[in-house]
Amino acid sequence: MSTPLELLFAKTRSENRAALIGYLPAGFPTQQGCIAALTAMVEGGVDAIEIGYPYSDPVMDGPVIQAAAETSLKNGTGAHEVMETLSAISKIAPSVVMTYWNPIERYGVDRFLADLKSNGGSGVITPDLTVEESATWLTSSLVHETNRIYVVAPSTSAERLRLVTSATSGFVYAASLMGVTGTRTSISSSAQELVGRLREVTELPIAVGLGVSTPDQAREVAQYADGVIVGSAFIRLLQESATLSEGVEKVRALAQQLSSGLQRS
Amino acid sequence: MSTTLDSQILGHFGPYGGRFVPEALIGALDELALAHEVALADPIFQAELAELHKTYTGRPSIITEVKRFADHAGGARIFLKREDLNHTGSHKINNVLGQALLTKRMGKKRIIAETGAGQHGVASATAAALMGLECVVYMGEEDTKRQSLNVARMKLLGAEVIPVTQGSRTLKDAINEAMRDWVTNVDTTHYLLGTVAGPHPFPTMVRDFHRIIGVEARGQMLELLGRLPDVILACVGGGSNAIGIFHPFIDDKEVRLVGLEAGGSGVETGLHAATISGGSPGVLHGTRSYVLQDANGQTIESHSISAGLDYPGVGPEHAYLHDIGRAEYRPITDAQAMEAFGLMSRTEGIIPAIETAHALAGAMQIGRELGPEAVLLVNFSGRGDKDVQTAAQYFGIPL
Repeated sequence: MSTPLELLFAKTRSENRAALIGYLPAGFPTQQGCIAALTAMVEGGVDAIEIGYPYSDPVMDGPVIQAAAETSLKNGTGAHEVMETLSAISKIAPSVVMTYWNPIERYGVDRFLADLKSNGGSGVITPDLTVEESATWLTSSLVHETNRIYVVAPSTSAERLRLVTSATSGFVYAASLMGVTGTRTSISSSAQELVGRLREVTELPIAVGLGVSTPDQAREVAQYADGVIVGSAFIRLLQESATLSEGVEKVRALAQQLSSGLQRS
Repeated sequence: MSTTLDSQILGHFGPYGGRFVPEALIGALDELALAHEVALADPIFQAELAELHKTYTGRPSIITEVKRFADHAGGARIFLKREDLNHTGSHKINNVLGQALLTKRMGKKRIIAETGAGQHGVASATAAALMGLECVVYMGEEDTKRQSLNVARMKLLGAEVIPVTQGSRTLKDAINEAMRDWVTNVDTTHYLLGTVAGPHPFPTMVRDFHRIIGVEARGQMLELLGRLPDVILACVGGGSNAIGIFHPFIDDKEVRLVGLEAGGSGVETGLHAATISGGSPGVLHGTRSYVLQDANGQTIESHSISAGLDYPGVGPEHAYLHDIGRAEYRPITDAQAMEAFGLMSRTEGIIPAIETAHALAGAMQIGRELGPEAVLLVNFSGRGDKDVQTAAQYFGIPL
């Protein structure tokens, strides 16, 4: 059986366009504020949602997401709030959770995926889980029919790309550059090169993340990737706004701008 | 090389260890693991490191018997392995020189390091100066204030010190920031991790560079007494000095291995850094081990009077040694450590690092439990100059 996420990529591929994936940490800026902003994203044209599980030691994240995660943790966000957000958003768009490994292990691998599934989640992005440590994860995700989304980087060797993509389902998360999350002034040329190398080893959809924040950048990435992931840019809008409703409207507007240029020429 | 615990696949110690890192770092970790393996078997590398230890570190470090101190420890015979006499004042130099040599072999020109109290930062800056490497040290903003003298030392040695303002602004966050730097600059940069934690190969590699402590001590004790000690004691934060002295004795089943953790205000108060005594299995900073964490798997901030033990994780090999019962781990409170600190200073004329004072407090406990027949060997991991300000405050000495 296909997950909603897999069905989405089948659809966007047939439409010859890239899917737009929007990210926010659960509980940021507040529990309800996050759900409101994610809803506005979907209404603005975002195709799928990535809900972050805020973590105390986010080594893959730059200052913007670190600050958002800190706010969210201060709001008391835990597994319950992540699942509640997932339950609300998966009703309007294919949704995945992005989380560092320890919260899953603490919650219980099987229990986490059972709850993810029952709240409508399609899969999980695991930025610090290596395939070598994935034995339990693999079995459990097969039982619960959820996608395993691994992150690869420009430094990943051809041999490892083959290994990692063979364990992946849903889509492959291609990090556009060597570094952490955050907005950048331009898209690194390493992104297109990595996607090219991935095409040689996998048929899976490939989404590019890290540093994509403007409509021009999204349009550029959409020319060669199946998905465009935007996170920090949305967070910044919420951080810079005086009120939640102002932030939510800005998020909606950015989603509209980003989604308008994803058709491949 | 002892192989009893080396039945590891990809750096596992039973269920612990391994690699929990972004894919971006796998290439660098593989390169490092290979460089370490090659160096272990390479007589030229080993000779180069041995020569540095002889002419720069000041090895072998001596053994000192402390009879007056032992009067307060049930009359047991207590011997100190004097790592405090190494250049830069602690065991940290053993690992730093080894990794700096590996850095040069891998053709990298820049090292980054994390530091809490500043000892590992100072040792890293020292090795970088000696070998002509660029050095950047990440240090929690809180720690840069508490340890301003060590910040100045690192700067005098030519290193750049970057205060970390994220999270709790202590060692844990300095490691996070160093890992972010590494992910970004991995082509040119080696992350010179200062303890036996982190992703494979760090726990194994850092242990191998510190094994010299135990190897020397074993020979010295046999020469001195014709027998091995009954108990070996060492303080455990990340656990590098402890594994360094424990490891060559692991096959000697009659030798008890005791790690002393930072009990802070007491494990029962929640304000401590006793990860094995008061934590639970989890994943932090790239490895599975014991971790101080809450019900959601978020890391809990640790507390200790000793900045060098103030870490919510511990090396995975210690987690394994604990679970199989080969080593035991006990918490020592701030007050117990400071009592031992004062006693060692006044009875023997040796001011210990506060980290080391935890091991000395353990020796007082176990000496009393075992009585005068017992022979105890304590890894005296560092000297206390860096802690004079903290100790003066603690004992009410005006500065």
